[in-house]
Amino acid sequence: MRNTFYLFGLFFSVSVFAATPQELLRQYETQAKQENAAFGGFSAERGASFFKAEHIHSDGKKVSCTTCHTSDPRNQGKTRANKVIEPMATIANPERFTDSAKVEKWFGRNCKDVLERSCTAQEKGDYIQYLMSVK
Amino acid sequence: MKKWMQLLVLITSITSAGSLLASGGFSSEGGRGEEGEGRGSNMPAVTNAKWKAECGSCHMVYHPGLLPERSWNKVMAGLDKHFGENASLDAATHDEIAKFLAVNSADKQTNRRSNRINQSIPANATPMRISETRYFTAKHDEVSANTFKRKSIGSPSNCIACHKGAEKGDFSESQVRIPR
Repeated sequence: MRNTFYLFGLFFSVSVFAATPQELLRQYETQAKQENAAFGGFSAERGASFFKAEHIHSDGKKVSCTTCHTSDPRNQGKTRANKVIEPMATIANPERFTDSAKVEKWFGRNCKDVLERSCTAQEKGDYIQYLMSVK
Repeated sequence: MKKWMQLLVLITSITSAGSLLASGGFSSEGGRGEEGEGRGSNMPAVTNAKWKAECGSCHMVYHPGLLPERSWNKVMAGLDKHFGENASLDAATHDEIAKFLAVNSADKQTNRRSNRINQSIPANATPMRISETRYFTAKHDEVSANTFKRKSIGSPSNCIACHKGAEKGDFSESQVRIPR
């Protein structure tokens, strides 16, 4: 009886994080509406220019998403410490955007590294929309 | 203490000491040959799923036995600015990894290499880079800066480029292969 209880717990704790990219987009849509009453949907095009936009970091170096992910999100990228990053585009890597905790963890870190601030829900949604649209 | 308890303690201590000796457990005795080589010098292969997943998603995983506890504490306290990158963790994951590092850190190890690394660090220093320790610089004095800069290596922080067993704590000289 106790085991069944734990099993149930495990099942639910896993299912909280498991998601499809579409479900994640819906979560970000809800947030984006709270952040901005005039929210007008996500755009893959805006996501693409966000992905490629270069920023001058306060340390003086140029940085963008493509610094580590390369300019083609169907390719593997590389961290600054030499580790392979699997492709960001869902067509090349179906595991992308299926774990909301993981997605939030990396947005949390990388937005601060690249933009030196948190990303808005609008930006996160555009970004995912773009990476789902790459064929 | 009751008589039978004393007896029990005595028997356990004799048998455990015996098995330690038989397995060559005291690492200072286990190692032989030249400095840093021999059976007692390798760090024990330790692992933790979160350490592997979190630290290992950006860089090779550094064996906890490479730095003393105070160094790991300093590293873990500054993850929001981790060598120039944001590597922050949620509190539960942070604490689990911090504990794993502390328990297996160089000052808690019995293997020869960890002991020597630890001894090479002045008591008032808390290095965050293994490559800054005197042990490291002495061991690598014949490797030129240009060799470290090779594309196949990158920097002295990429142990695994030359020490393929690095993540398991094997840095034995006989296993070193410096890529072109």
